[in-house]
Amino acid sequence: MSGGQRVTRFPEIPEPLLNVRSAPGRNRRMIPAPFDASVVEGLPEAGGPPSLPDVSEVDTVRHFTRLSRLNYGIDHGMYPLGSCTMKYNPKIAEEIAARLARIHPADAPAMGQVLKCLKTLEQMLQEICGMDACSLWPAAGAHGELTGMMVIRKAFDIRGEKRRTVLIPDTAHGTNPASCTIAGFVTKNIPSGPEGYLEASALGQHLNEDVAALMITNPNTLGIFEREIRAIADLLHANGSYLYMDGANLNAVMGVARPGDMGVDCMHVNLHKTFGTPHGGGGPGSGPVLVKKELARFLPAPFIVRDESGGFVLRARPSEESIGMVHSCLGNVSVCIKALTYILSLGPSGLREAATVACLNALYLKSRLKDLFDLPYATPTLHEFVLSDARQKGRGVTTMDMAKALMDFGFHPPTVYFPLVVAGALMIEPTETEPLEELDRFIAAMEEIAETSREDPEKLHESPRAAPISRVDEVWAARNLILTWSDERIQPGEKGI
Amino acid sequence: MEIPKELYYTQDHEWGSVEDGMMRVGITDYAQHELGDIVFVEFPEVGTVIAKGDPIGTVESVKAVSEVYAPVDGEIVEINEALADTPELVNQDCYGSAWMVVLKISDPSQVDTLMDAQAYRAYVEAEAK
Repeated sequence: MSGGQRVTRFPEIPEPLLNVRSAPGRNRRMIPAPFDASVVEGLPEAGGPPSLPDVSEVDTVRHFTRLSRLNYGIDHGMYPLGSCTMKYNPKIAEEIAARLARIHPADAPAMGQVLKCLKTLEQMLQEICGMDACSLWPAAGAHGELTGMMVIRKAFDIRGEKRRTVLIPDTAHGTNPASCTIAGFVTKNIPSGPEGYLEASALGQHLNEDVAALMITNPNTLGIFEREIRAIADLLHANGSYLYMDGANLNAVMGVARPGDMGVDCMHVNLHKTFGTPHGGGGPGSGPVLVKKELARFLPAPFIVRDESGGFVLRARPSEESIGMVHSCLGNVSVCIKALTYILSLGPSGLREAATVACLNALYLKSRLKDLFDLPYATPTLHEFVLSDARQKGRGVTTMDMAKALMDFGFHPPTVYFPLVVAGALMIEPTETEPLEELDRFIAAMEEIAETSREDPEKLHESPRAAPISRVDEVWAARNLILTWSDERIQPGEKGI
Repeated sequence: MEIPKELYYTQDHEWGSVEDGMMRVGITDYAQHELGDIVFVEFPEVGTVIAKGDPIGTVESVKAVSEVYAPVDGEIVEINEALADTPELVNQDCYGSAWMVVLKISDPSQVDTLMDAQAYRAYVEAEAK
């Protein structure tokens, strides 16, 4: 044997797949045979054991620990991913949720206490949003949208009305059309006004007896508050239609303004954005749906109610009213407990302050960056804003180049190329949890990127250089989708599966 | 930016060529350039009857997903199946081998409402400002 093999950096890139570490007999754990063979009788045979890597516990732990060291998260630094609201998640919420993690769903007295927590969260969300009823069961934002649109559909079905069109402004969240389509509606994209918000005067031409709802994101994906929302709600209601609000950006207005007061009939909130629970990497998330009184009976089952002795229990409603279940019992409970912890620890004034500081931080960044980068809409914004690459594009520097360059300064890039109403969009949301020093560091990085784009644009095409993986070939990856892992590797230039 | 003289154009950056009551439709050089590298295209089935302004295809780039709209009322009589495997043709040859669908025109008078090359060039230049 010769000497040791040096690594060029640590952790080493690329970390091999677990399959590479696989060797026969590494996993010495024995899985017991079923205690009663009859339970598997008659089930289809799998056709042999699954092809899993044969690795030990220590192999597995090291693999995932190494991968985690290549990752970047909100605990590493600023993550200004617009509209995704990557705010810091206070650790107290983890602590509280962990204490409830071991309660068994069949332990009725303990579950009564969990239900009390969930009921409290429902009531607090109703108060924050100005709505009359709440369902905590949807597992994420888009699931909340789907649930809300199913509630609206049910309301029309029960009345015997066959309305099928949902209007969606071009500044709404990208998931909205998909949620409506899955709920059985046909969507119609309508243009926002020249100032970046939907004008009530432009809505009339789209309204007819087939319009079930308008689905609006407020503040919208330009970070602009839909200032005509009350008039828009009145027009919809006069037409017999509902106003659905995507509450994914509620973090900009919580404690300050309430969607219910704006005329919203149905909405969802993202606990994993607004209320500081973990976000990304598969979640879990939570997307509670809130409705006005009229729609409450259509909410998904079951409902948290008080029994005769004053304790909290789960009840179903008559099946012809509720849309049915949308998740296994109690949704993502731990996320709800974390959100409740967040709300209780901040309190009413703390929530309001979080919203106002989120806006202040975004406005500070915008005011310092708008002279260096194109700002397509001059309309005042709240918690996020959208720049574009219009000033850099002429020198061959695109939004993608600038996003990649930010990684070399130790930042996660902002959201890019969305919303679609702005060509080459850079959508920046710092959130309230970034201190001034971090915002200044981000501004300094953007200033240097703007300067490099003037003086040495070619350099930006090489970014990122400091990240564990350099520029990836996104076009090739998108054209060659590999949806299942296989031993056969394909190389750029070949076609995938 | 290439804008062939013999074609018709829409404000949504589709082109159309007319022959024997049929219109061959694709997206313009400006559109493919704005979208960037195209990675996926999808069309409705042959036989679908559509109205002017209805979607007749979806074009996906690494940046965005966009719809292709029908320049006139008609029925889809042919789709370009080759683009499913080679979407990059849209970037390489948008006026040629990357045509998207062929429509059987329902109302020939609608063709006159489309822009000619000169009008489209002026339109794009104004939009770029």
